[in-house]
Amino acid sequence: MRLLFGSCFTLLIAAALGLGATWFTLTRGVAFGSLTIGAWTAWPKSGSVDIDPYARASIARSGELPTGMGDGVAFYAHTDDQGNNFDGRCSFTVSGLTPAARYWTLTLYDPEGRLVANTIDRHGFTSEEIVRDNDGRFAIAVAPLARSGNWLPTGGIEKFVLVWRLYDTPIGVATRTTKEGPMPAIVRKGCS
Amino acid sequence: MIRALMWILGAVLLGGIVHLSTVLAMPQAAKQDAYSRLVPLVPVNTMVPLAAPTAENTIMPFMDPAFAAAVCRYDLTSGSLKLIAPVSQAYTSVTFYTRKSVAYYAINDRAAGRRSIELDLMTPEQHADVPEEEDVTAADRLIIDSPSTMGLIVLRALAPEPSLMAMARGALAHATCGIQPVQ
Repeated sequence: MRLLFGSCFTLLIAAALGLGATWFTLTRGVAFGSLTIGAWTAWPKSGSVDIDPYARASIARSGELPTGMGDGVAFYAHTDDQGNNFDGRCSFTVSGLTPAARYWTLTLYDPEGRLVANTIDRHGFTSEEIVRDNDGRFAIAVAPLARSGNWLPTGGIEKFVLVWRLYDTPIGVATRTTKEGPMPAIVRKGCS
Repeated sequence: MIRALMWILGAVLLGGIVHLSTVLAMPQAAKQDAYSRLVPLVPVNTMVPLAAPTAENTIMPFMDPAFAAAVCRYDLTSGSLKLIAPVSQAYTSVTFYTRKSVAYYAINDRAAGRRSIELDLMTPEQHADVPEEEDVTAADRLIIDSPSTMGLIVLRALAPEPSLMAMARGALAHATCGIQPVQ
């Protein structure tokens, strides 16, 4: 009797633990070999055959196609530099210098990877269309309401994700320090 | 007490096994991976332009809206594949994915170094059958080995600003992929 009870209990706990851990790692996007610069994190190995089983499972589940290593590298940000979550009702400034790359794009998505509807039909910027100051620095206002200059609308959604993609870039698996890849700073300016 | 601890230890170990096996099984079990999403949209061994992602509709999550994209869903069962992709004015890349969305090879226009990117895609067995002198004489013939018989080739052309999207789409419209008859 005791044996039966014990094994049932063990199996139940094992199933809960195992499936719970799988669900947690796949929804949170746990993968090895990440490269974090400021608020930005990239998984360069996910664009190659060296992709780890967690990233492989997470990509199969979401249905996305990762950026290939010979193509570029994609940095994801879910929070600002202080760790404040990206809330579409707040304003953020993304500013600094461009990392070394032939081209880059910045795109705003909802957490499921869909674009966000807005009045001016803008979902991101490319390195060619951004307005810069004389030093080559730029500032992008990520905000729910219209701003002058580079305005990236959030559509007022509860949570959003910024993806910075560098194309034809030396930044990748071998990048170690923030010196090689200066990524733009993200600062929260206030919430409406 | 010891006995209860043993049960718990057993549960944790078993839980670890459950966790690892579900993670490893996920790519086989996934019904909504990129390839499955493209099956109803893209016929096999044909280059098809993809609809641009919008807020209402996106074929795959996290597509870059600054790019025009085209896909060739390939099947190498009946022979090797020839890919010809003209390079657009800005930036063009070709990425090869296995059936399970692993990006095994990617090349951009500068690395290809020509007006158009031309590649032969074959399985390792087909590559072994290529006559040796042909392999050597055609030095600029780029041969890619596909680790899986089926997979995806994704062509991406950048529109540096929205008004150039038509240019990027136009460049991709001339891209082709098709099975080469076995010699």
